[in-house]
Amino acid sequence: MSTKIITAENLTVRYNSINVLSNISFKISKGDYIGLVGPNGSGKTTLIKTILGFLKPVSGYVRVFGEDSLYLSKWDKIGYLPQRMSFYNPRFPTTVEEIVSLGLLSKKSFPKRINKQDINAINKILELLGIANLKKKLFGELSIGQQQRVLVARTFVNEPELLILDEPTTALDPEIRESFFSFLQELNSNKNTTVILVTHDIGSIGKYALKLLYLDKEIIFYGSFDEFCKSEKMSKYFGASAQHIICHRHV
Amino acid sequence: MSEIFEFLSYSFTHRALLAGSFIAITCSILGVQLVLRRMSLIGDGLAHVTFSGIALGLLFGLYPLYIAIPVVILSSIGILKLIEKVKLYGDSAIGIVSSLGVAGGVILTSIAGGFNVDLLSFLFGNILAVSIVDVFISIALTILILIFISLYYNEIFSVTFDEEFAKTSGINTKKINTTLVVMTAVTVVLAMKIVGIMLTSAFLILPAVSAFQIAKSFKNSLLLSSLISVISVILGIFTSFFLNLPSGACIILLNFILFCLIFVFRHYSNLLSGM
Repeated sequence: MSTKIITAENLTVRYNSINVLSNISFKISKGDYIGLVGPNGSGKTTLIKTILGFLKPVSGYVRVFGEDSLYLSKWDKIGYLPQRMSFYNPRFPTTVEEIVSLGLLSKKSFPKRINKQDINAINKILELLGIANLKKKLFGELSIGQQQRVLVARTFVNEPELLILDEPTTALDPEIRESFFSFLQELNSNKNTTVILVTHDIGSIGKYALKLLYLDKEIIFYGSFDEFCKSEKMSKYFGASAQHIICHRHV
Repeated sequence: MSEIFEFLSYSFTHRALLAGSFIAITCSILGVQLVLRRMSLIGDGLAHVTFSGIALGLLFGLYPLYIAIPVVILSSIGILKLIEKVKLYGDSAIGIVSSLGVAGGVILTSIAGGFNVDLLSFLFGNILAVSIVDVFISIALTILILIFISLYYNEIFSVTFDEEFAKTSGINTKKINTTLVVMTAVTVVLAMKIVGIMLTSAFLILPAVSAFQIAKSFKNSLLLSSLISVISVILGIFTSFFLNLPSGACIILLNFILFCLIFVFRHYSNLLSGM
């Protein structure tokens, strides 16, 4: 039996007395590669924030690595890439190396210091993502695509068991995007890293993810791509041609 | 030259230089965090609350700092609660607490029978009236802040850069935020003796924004802002004495001159490197 990484049961989350997520239940096992998709406002980011314990559900619960999400302590096993690029202050005086080092803090005990081994880990991930030459550069001097790669490096440097990536490729050019996805696939197949990839691009997610969780305030579909492509219910929901496009790209 | 030696021989000069330099370091270190979190006006807001605390102290005939420090600490926590619990924007929360501080101060001074000389010296600062107790408090506070910053450096950096990510690193962001705001509150009260209530926020903001123009890393910005702040305090005290001008205003003006000089230096070095 595969190890359960995330278990959500009857989860309902409310903003200003409006249900943003209704009665959500699902399980994610070790090594799963989930594409979390849905239209804008469907509750994808809300679900991620609930999994991470930032939001308290009005009913139900989420367990991550066996712990209630509201009292998570195993942060060293989780790598999270938030969505908001525009949030970062472009004038923040910090180097690429300093930012990537923040990804290592969850594995450290007090006082959290960066050592030589950490510097090696930082160099390795920067090399892998093709930004080793930017190590000493100021974050604000980089292009949006380069900044995004720095934040990806910060998430991956810790080699987490669970990766939660909220729209990670929006600022990347097509070439970098492809190498990012191959890197992710490599982590998933070689290291059995569990991946939750949030995207609104349902058309291309099939190329990468093994399972699909389609959300629109409630779970519309959760299962493998094969199941999705054969599902009559999904054919009715999306229309046969849309379903065909999604499934065609998966091949 | 003999005038400089004479000035340096006075005990009030020693107290002013010591307290001023130590407070300059704490102000600049905290200022870097506040400016980067776009909370730089918290210094202004808390300085206005200090007015209430001082007025309360004077009304009851107590040493004003002893009353102002707890009042300002409570207000700083109040600002955080307004942001967290009432979900107000930072500037709105600061605006509310700041106005309450001024309103409370005005009412208390009115009850006391109007403004007096003591209150005005708190409003505009008088570094030459710094007592030996102020010097010890300033040194102790600076040491405490430096210990806290060195122990929690990476956590503070993480929370300042991206609070949400810091939470997912297992960092207790609430603890870091509360400690920083409380330290800011105590620093603001002490800085008031140096530059006065009206100029405290500039004392927090100017060294930080000057440093950001040339800093090559986060650590570098902390060191540079401290250096800029200490230089402006020392030069400001000398300028104030020799030109017979108010010390607080001299310190702030020198801070601004350093800001302008760094801006010009950066502008021309960018031009030269682009040639």
